[in-house]
Amino acid sequence: MAVQLEFLKSIAYFSGLALAELESIRKLVFEKTADRAEMIVLEGEPAENLYFVASGALKVFKTSAEGKEQILSIVRPGESLNDVPVFDGGPNPVSVRTMGPVLLYGMKRSDVEAALKGHSQIARNVIKVLATRVRHLVSLVEDLSFKHVIGRVARILLEHVGGEMGQGPRLTQQEMAAMAGTAREVVGRSLKALEEKGAIKMDRHRIVIMDKEALHRITEAPS
Amino acid sequence: MVELPVIDPEKCDGCGLCVTVCHCNALAVVNDVVTLIEIVECDWCTDCEAVCRTGAIICPFQIVVAEGEL
Repeated sequence: MAVQLEFLKSIAYFSGLALAELESIRKLVFEKTADRAEMIVLEGEPAENLYFVASGALKVFKTSAEGKEQILSIVRPGESLNDVPVFDGGPNPVSVRTMGPVLLYGMKRSDVEAALKGHSQIARNVIKVLATRVRHLVSLVEDLSFKHVIGRVARILLEHVGGEMGQGPRLTQQEMAAMAGTAREVVGRSLKALEEKGAIKMDRHRIVIMDKEALHRITEAPS
Repeated sequence: MVELPVIDPEKCDGCGLCVTVCHCNALAVVNDVVTLIEIVECDWCTDCEAVCRTGAIICPFQIVVAEGEL
């Protein structure tokens, strides 16, 4: 399948480019497909290609020494991945895994450099994309470093519990994030941490409070 | 009854991203709107909610207390 010009135009990197410029970019783009749960990028590995998502979605995450995952973002159609190592030449700072079947448009590192030299508009676009990403990551760092999110999530669970049969309001992770003043990714991590502590059990669409006392103690813990 | 994510057809733009990430195959786009296939069980991974840009699909949790903790 040929790389669609219309789609290229919708990618933030190529916003504002003339048709002739997009045509020259298209010649540098190759396609890559992957199935569900495939690792596209491995943390610590060198990066050769920049990718744009044409269809599907991917999770960007870091893994701790104990094997715990922290999701940093979800990459959707029109968005890019692998930017940082492609631009600074260092290893991948994150891992990226597909959430379902994906179609990626790739560009070799040398071609990205050539495109930046040849089209100043792309350079301006890239600065904007990276600045937006820094803003998102700074906000995530703030949440993970300074906010006692796990305590807030514990409190939200205690305040919205609906008894054994669950007559209380139902909450999404997004709603819990809004209540806790944090990102959805951080709520996901907090729920996992609470489960590991034995305070709750995730049972499909139910969050079962297994140890009320432990949840209370977590709400009172200093940040 | 099988619990399934909740869809707001008014918010759905029919992009189908949720369908691509659903490993239970519980979702399909019908007439440009995502639709639940009710015979399929959902394991509540919440990936469909996570990828949805418009907030059209949600996976709300019921918060309950275990027996003995009431």
